[in-house]
Amino acid sequence: MVVVKIKDLPKEKFLLPGNTSCQGCPHALGLKSLGMALGDDVVLVVPAGCTTIIAGSKDKSSFKFPCLHVPFASAPAVATGLGSAFRRLGKKGIPVVWMGDGGSDIGFATLSGACVRKDDMIVIVSDNEAYMNTGIQTSGTTFWKARTTTSPTGKREEKKDLALIMLMHKADYVATASVGYLQDFIGKLRKASEIDGFRFIHLHSPCPPGWGFDSSETVEMARLAVKCGAWILWEFDGKFRISPMSKPYADKSKRAPLTEYLKKQRRFRHLSDEDIAEIERRIDEQWRVVLALEDVF
Amino acid sequence: MECMIARPSKGSAGKTGLWRTFKPIYDENKCNNCLLCWLYCPENAIDVVDGKISIDYDYCKGCGVCAKICAKKAIEMVREDEL
Repeated sequence: MVVVKIKDLPKEKFLLPGNTSCQGCPHALGLKSLGMALGDDVVLVVPAGCTTIIAGSKDKSSFKFPCLHVPFASAPAVATGLGSAFRRLGKKGIPVVWMGDGGSDIGFATLSGACVRKDDMIVIVSDNEAYMNTGIQTSGTTFWKARTTTSPTGKREEKKDLALIMLMHKADYVATASVGYLQDFIGKLRKASEIDGFRFIHLHSPCPPGWGFDSSETVEMARLAVKCGAWILWEFDGKFRISPMSKPYADKSKRAPLTEYLKKQRRFRHLSDEDIAEIERRIDEQWRVVLALEDVF
Repeated sequence: MECMIARPSKGSAGKTGLWRTFKPIYDENKCNNCLLCWLYCPENAIDVVDGKISIDYDYCKGCGVCAKICAKKAIEMVREDEL
């Protein structure tokens, strides 16, 4: 684990103010952290999503790193090409794919291909648990029972666990992170940059307009998700470890009440007591899986 | 071709300070310089000048994350029309 101190972080900005991100945007938090962690080495590859808009238009770019806008399903394949070109030409640069849960749903084939080939890149999926940019439609990673515009009575299917899928895909480095713990995320990015091959980070990104909470609560909501055990922070670099921020919550009695997390969000306002009990059961199940993985790997 | 290349610039969406309903007011006396507000400002509109924080009101959208994260309550959100 790489320990990151706030005072040691670079003051240079890689995400410039005055961009089109919404108030309290979690992607903006993630993107600025990416700059703080890896700086000039980043070459960003972005499929369609909120970040396409945040990047700016015409002659103004919000990013200080180069950014390639690519068709939806192609992002990891483009990064594969970039990585090969950098190596062939002897140029410095880390291809970083930055996509949302939409990009990883639609581009799963290329994501899978790049991972199997162990192509040189870092993939970050900033997961706001729905297709926010197109109007809050259900995605593969939308939380069970969460309301979206295409699941007005709550999503019926289970949230897919993308990070565990990538772990089973034998990626060289896999981690989960949260915009509520940016130092942890920056540490994981730096760790990933020291490893060769295919590296994957699943970033939990609570979205104020999409989830229905106040823009001032983005960080609080992300932290609540970790504290109630619904989002588990872990890292795999050859060895599977639960990250220190999540460690205490392996003990169920230490977790924050689940209702505290759910009741603050408009997308969960319709939940019954039975639904909440079922979510709690699923969270316990997830913890059993993650704790077992710590023993196995 | 030159005009087609996007260059890094502040304000790609204009002066986003105009979006603000609430304005963060910073009280230097309560601040312990932990820089959490600087780290967690989604807009990157907080600068550190000589170890102290300074808010760029041209671009601050007034989301209020800084006020929520401050343990010392050194940032207060005040309605723009009450200022």
